[in-house]
Amino acid sequence: MSTRNGKLFALSLLLLALFSRLDAQVTSERLLRAAEEPQNWLTYSGSYFSNRYSALRQIDPTNVKNLEQKWVYQGQVMGNWQTTPLVVDGVMYITQRQNDVIALDAKTGRVFWIYRYLPSPDQKVCCGSNNRGVAILGDTLYMGTLDAHLIAIDTKTGRPVWNIEVADIKAAYSITHAPLVIKDKVIVGVGGGEYGIRGFIAAYDAKTGKEAWRFYTIPGPGEPGHETWQACPPGSSASPGSAAYCDPEAWKHGGGSIWMTGSYDSALNLTYWGVGNAGPDWNNDQRPGDNLYTDSVVALDADTGRLKWHFQFTPHDTYDYDSVQVPVLADMNWNGTPVKLMLWGNRNGYFYVLDRETGKFLLGKPFVKVNWSSGLDERGRPIQTPQPPGAPTWPGNQGGTNWYSPTYSPRTGLIYYSAWEDYASIFRKAPMPYTEGRNFGGGGSTVLGPVPNTPGMPVLRRGPINTWTDAVGHGAVLAIDPKTGDRKWKFEMTDVTDSGLLTTASDVLFTGGREGYFHALDARTGALLWKTNLGGQIVAGPMTYQVDGKQYVATVSGMNLVAFALRD
Amino acid sequence: MPSQSLLKGSVFSAWAACLVALAVGPGLLAQNQSQAHPGEYGQSDIAAGAEVYRANCTGCHAATGDGVGTVDLRRGRFRNASSDEDLVRVISTGIPGTAMQSFKLSQAELTAIVAFIRAGFDVSARAVKVGDVARGRTVFEGKGGCMTCHRVNGKGPRTAPDLSDVGSSRLAASIQGSITDPTTYMMPINRPVRAVTKDGRVIMGRRLNEDTFSVQLIDDKERLVSLPKADLRQYEILKTSPMPSFKDKLTVDEVADVVAYLLSLKG
Repeated sequence: MSTRNGKLFALSLLLLALFSRLDAQVTSERLLRAAEEPQNWLTYSGSYFSNRYSALRQIDPTNVKNLEQKWVYQGQVMGNWQTTPLVVDGVMYITQRQNDVIALDAKTGRVFWIYRYLPSPDQKVCCGSNNRGVAILGDTLYMGTLDAHLIAIDTKTGRPVWNIEVADIKAAYSITHAPLVIKDKVIVGVGGGEYGIRGFIAAYDAKTGKEAWRFYTIPGPGEPGHETWQACPPGSSASPGSAAYCDPEAWKHGGGSIWMTGSYDSALNLTYWGVGNAGPDWNNDQRPGDNLYTDSVVALDADTGRLKWHFQFTPHDTYDYDSVQVPVLADMNWNGTPVKLMLWGNRNGYFYVLDRETGKFLLGKPFVKVNWSSGLDERGRPIQTPQPPGAPTWPGNQGGTNWYSPTYSPRTGLIYYSAWEDYASIFRKAPMPYTEGRNFGGGGSTVLGPVPNTPGMPVLRRGPINTWTDAVGHGAVLAIDPKTGDRKWKFEMTDVTDSGLLTTASDVLFTGGREGYFHALDARTGALLWKTNLGGQIVAGPMTYQVDGKQYVATVSGMNLVAFALRD
Repeated sequence: MPSQSLLKGSVFSAWAACLVALAVGPGLLAQNQSQAHPGEYGQSDIAAGAEVYRANCTGCHAATGDGVGTVDLRRGRFRNASSDEDLVRVISTGIPGTAMQSFKLSQAELTAIVAFIRAGFDVSARAVKVGDVARGRTVFEGKGGCMTCHRVNGKGPRTAPDLSDVGSSRLAASIQGSITDPTTYMMPINRPVRAVTKDGRVIMGRRLNEDTFSVQLIDDKERLVSLPKADLRQYEILKTSPMPSFKDKLTVDEVADVVAYLLSLKG
């Protein structure tokens, strides 16, 4: 090729590149209207309202039995992945352990590129090398890492654009959730609730990574809510060796981690995030007070991070009842008036309805057996009934539900949860001084079994043989009517489930579980429509998309991402 | 379905150009500084450098070049040098406060040892001159016009290969060859692809991944494209690089500077 021709070629490439970049942008406007392009899946929960609901309807209750596996992407690292893919115009972006990002063809599963990031070997996470996905804006992806970095990655090349440290791994900070992009900012929170972090949510400029605002989930001196970290009472001891140990600086390592992606209401310009447990997990005696904003939802101004309101589900928690659940937003009539609602099935076993404009409590009702509280008062505050030492508490440590993505169907008007039923733990407290970067449990819990020495239900993983049986707890998909808090139906499983849920406009609900089955249920009745055995545990949230006129539904099972569509 | 012969390109001609093996007797110091090609060290320099290295350097740096901390001379990983001039300076003056002492070597010996290092300790390999990183960046972003097609650290288009970490995956000789003789030195994965679908759509791009039944490209509009081969009427892997040669466009020293800059890009 001559030099002149080379110049022409180069110029044409440049012009084409500039032109194409204009039409490939995932703008903040597209993110705002993500639900209107159901062929794509542009945010972790499918839309800012976090309904994990799709308007696609090609797969319906009559033909779902004709689903067939179209492709599998098998990861290179063992484990049960928790990622939810994004799909943008036929290209899928997923994460795999530890902190890799992969771009692949959503139609065939063939890989375009892999970005490999090796987090520092000094990173510390309580519960596995988990990552739940990426966010996108323009032609950039955003991933939080196990060593608490936030990395911007080019969508076309898989090359890093910028990489910033969000928090210090020496104090065991980490990031496991998919970031949330709002306007020109990328919002993330930090994990480390089992290590005595002081949690925060922060927003970063999407172009540069420069921090725009930070909201501490544990307010410092002079900030509203700090008074809920009360002074130690007379008679307590500052000595960790004492049974009356009380930590005079409890707020400094008060926990309040963030490990699930928040939601956003653009009309109110509020972003909502669930906040994790107080530290130490179990021994609430050493941190007197309600311990805000642990086990709460916080509503923050998306531009400034300023707190608009909060609602605390479990004050002065002693059960590790993280409130990190994905905030589900829905608009519906409440007592005859249109209200902007937030629906929340909490780890503590109660289902709540809040006014998301004000945080006002509208309804609360247990959706599983509860005995840590005898009920909620008129403001939604639990009337706590701690059980005697050695006695079981319902729900157990992992809660009535946990971080498993729920789904809300505007068609059925029902909200659906993966729940653990008939499951209790025996909690115990122990004084626990804080040491930077060390586990900060302050006690522990054991799963209640029907007879002594019953095999305990594994908290995080299981083998292929179930020896604990449903006698120590079982899983279920629960359909709840948000207007009453009552169950409409239940689909019961033998083993418990960590799977997320997906509903579609054709009234099909997809979910999985620890047993490795991937199910389709009738969202109206809970009837089983189809199932397949994928082998590995499903601990991620299913999603759906469409390419070339064909609807796909995808889920991760173990370390495999599997995509299904109707038989050709 | 395209024929198999179209799918497989010969890479041997490119490799053959790299494997110029000359037998050089040991113990010879380079008396003649003439070079096989402009911008390269002579084969006799490299062979002589092996002797100088063995006599002076192996005590600390080891025969493999990686005896001191994270320094790996054979792979071009230095702590205090990037250009050939830097290497000469470090060898001649040492590094105060470290075990790296100064060596009183002749100019010919210094040239020889740099040649041996740049050849990756392989007396049969080519050793190209490596200039100055800063000057090379100026040429890369200015006179050379390289960012018209290439991308480095998030700047530039994506259609040509991204060079953000080229210094950790390619050696100096290979980079120099890509600048002066792009077609010969083009990596097989970077060969341009021209695909025509059965409905007549023409797609030009660069392969990212390929299997028996499909190919994944970044096309000339910077789109990620996945093509089932069964849907293609034509599928060609072109042997000619779209990149022009810079052999006559840049001076020998400018090429050496660009090589230095590209070697410094470690991702």
